[in-house]
Amino acid sequence: MLLVAMDAAPAGALVIPHGVIIAGAVVLGVVALALAWPVPVALSRATWPMRAPVMALLLWQVIGLAGGLSMIGALALAGYAALPQHPWFAPIAAVLFAAYLLGHLAVTIVQVTRLRHRHLALLEMLTSPHPTRAHTRVIDDAVPMAYCLPRGARSVTVLSQGLLDRLDPDELVAVIAHERAHVEQRHDLLLLAFRAWRSALPWFPIAARAEVEVAALVEMLADDHARREVRDEVLARAILQVGASGVPGADQPVSGSMRVSDRFRRLAR
Amino acid sequence: MAALGELERAVMDALWDADGALSAYDVQSRLGADGRPLAVTTLLTVLSRLEKKGFVSSDRSVRPHHYTATSSRAEHVAELMHTVLGDAADRTAVLERFVGGVSAEDAAILRQLLGHSG
Repeated sequence: MLLVAMDAAPAGALVIPHGVIIAGAVVLGVVALALAWPVPVALSRATWPMRAPVMALLLWQVIGLAGGLSMIGALALAGYAALPQHPWFAPIAAVLFAAYLLGHLAVTIVQVTRLRHRHLALLEMLTSPHPTRAHTRVIDDAVPMAYCLPRGARSVTVLSQGLLDRLDPDELVAVIAHERAHVEQRHDLLLLAFRAWRSALPWFPIAARAEVEVAALVEMLADDHARREVRDEVLARAILQVGASGVPGADQPVSGSMRVSDRFRRLAR
Repeated sequence: MAALGELERAVMDALWDADGALSAYDVQSRLGADGRPLAVTTLLTVLSRLEKKGFVSSDRSVRPHHYTATSSRAEHVAELMHTVLGDAADRTAVLERFVGGVSAEDAAILRQLLGHSG
């Protein structure tokens, strides 16, 4: 049991000087603030992530996790420093904040699961299984489109008939390899975590920025996977083919991030 | 499981093609015409599954019960497309769309890449 040395402590209890607790709270608070603003801003403006997307993604995860933990730790230590006589009640702010973050994660998971079930029901009704490829379905629509719906081992890749008609066999290989990378590397879990972070801290513009950055980096990872199977030009052709169709109502995949252009610039190197 | 999905699609096709509500017997004769003999009990099971999923509504005030599709096929496809193409921020429900939306600048970058390779 953590005690603050204000008066005589029972034998055997761990005693920490009050000053140390205050210092700890300040240090963790500074770390939390750094990870909440300047560090992620610097990472989002850096140019090296497009050359090392795996490292950049790892850093984003570290920032998110360490930022949350240091915030909780700072609140806990500040509570102990402020209420040394009530060691059980002191960390209440930290406990509430942790519960708040976990609560948002739980709510996000529930929402996503519900959306996925609906999406799957629609797919079952509107698509037929691909004649040759496993875990792949074809939707009878002229709009060229490919996407994946993650479901762990039962993830589904969806291709439209318009895509199958429009792409050459090697371009199709590129597109499918790209989608399978998302599924196999479980990018959906990563994006889920950052989406939960963004919904928990809506007043933090950096949280929304982080989600956008992670999404773009995840695309680069999938592109790298596709590039192992086809030449860069083939992947670029596939992207252009689909992009040239001028889909009405299709938005820019990600707006306001230089990472999106970075994705295509890396193919052109 | 795959066979059940195929059956559900066939039943929905029959409902979508119809002008009004259909009974299970109507569905049976429509599907039977395609050379696919099916028991009415099987069709009733499929219809109630589809009703539970919200794709079919039933009128149980008449005998035999009559069934209608709740939305047209085009409306459902639009719903699917909207999920996939729509909210860019909602990318956890569907992971990445390999679909149109390349900006003019990015298209230029890509064309340059292709121009170099010939």
